[in-house]
Amino acid sequence: MGLEIGLGHYLTVAAILFTLGVFGIFINRKNIIVILMSVELILLAVNLNLVAFSAQLNDLQGQVFALMILTVAAAEAAIGLAILVIFYRNRGSIAVEDVNMMKG
Amino acid sequence: MSLPLFFFYVFSAIAVASAFMVISARNPVHAVLFLILTFVNAAGLFMLAGAEFLALLLIVVYVGAVAVLFLFVVMMLDVDFAELKSGLLQYAPVGILVGVVLLLELLLVAGSAFISPEIAGGAALPIDNTIQNTRALGQVLYTRYVFLFQGAAAVLLVAMIGAIVLTLRHRPGIKRQSTAEQIGRKASETLKVVKVKSGQGL
Repeated sequence: MGLEIGLGHYLTVAAILFTLGVFGIFINRKNIIVILMSVELILLAVNLNLVAFSAQLNDLQGQVFALMILTVAAAEAAIGLAILVIFYRNRGSIAVEDVNMMKG
Repeated sequence: MSLPLFFFYVFSAIAVASAFMVISARNPVHAVLFLILTFVNAAGLFMLAGAEFLALLLIVVYVGAVAVLFLFVVMMLDVDFAELKSGLLQYAPVGILVGVVLLLELLLVAGSAFISPEIAGGAALPIDNTIQNTRALGQVLYTRYVFLFQGAAAVLLVAMIGAIVLTLRHRPGIKRQSTAEQIGRKASETLKVVKVKSGQGL
């Protein structure tokens, strides 16, 4: 890590990205595609934290963790979009409000 | 201001701005493109932190695969996004409340965090600056974390099979080639030799 870029810088950027992701879920409640993108933003913020701590503590473990999160995030996006495609095929809509077939 | 700090501010400013555009863009195609921009800038931040392999992996996996997947789905589904946007600000007040509280808490923690001296010295895998980041990751990933690595591979395999099983469909009424049926044909089932007497026909 550069001499002047401290841990706090990275944590602040990651906190802002995380908050934007959570905020995106709230304001785009109807559009599940944007909700999935917000989840990706949240996972990116977590990865940024892990990498920042890895650099700060001079420990490679954080980068291994970030690698695993990247894997899970990619799998999540693939499965989520596959579910989205079959839902659209069956119902003709992807509005979150229409997802009430089970009336839970 | 040193050059790394300057680039840190550039990357983080663009990343935050484009993340804001992701959640506020009217057109979901624009949202996906801004997501790509966010990931590229986050890759720059990773690079500044010394995680070169992860930075390039982020570009390859996210910009190359996940974002294209999103773009593909957005363009394939013929959804009326204007209709989805209606009532957009209905939940904005509670969203802003939750967001502000969350951000304040996170910044409070980030600002007041300090690292205990006994933890700072005891890294489980100290970074060796004499070898490349990619090589260092490979040296632990295939030895110490080999089961974690294979677990990740299993997750990806299950995701791949799951996505295929979910989206594969057999429409009725479409002629398909059935190789097994073709190979299983016998001459006795399909061929009939008829003796035709000359001059009479069938």
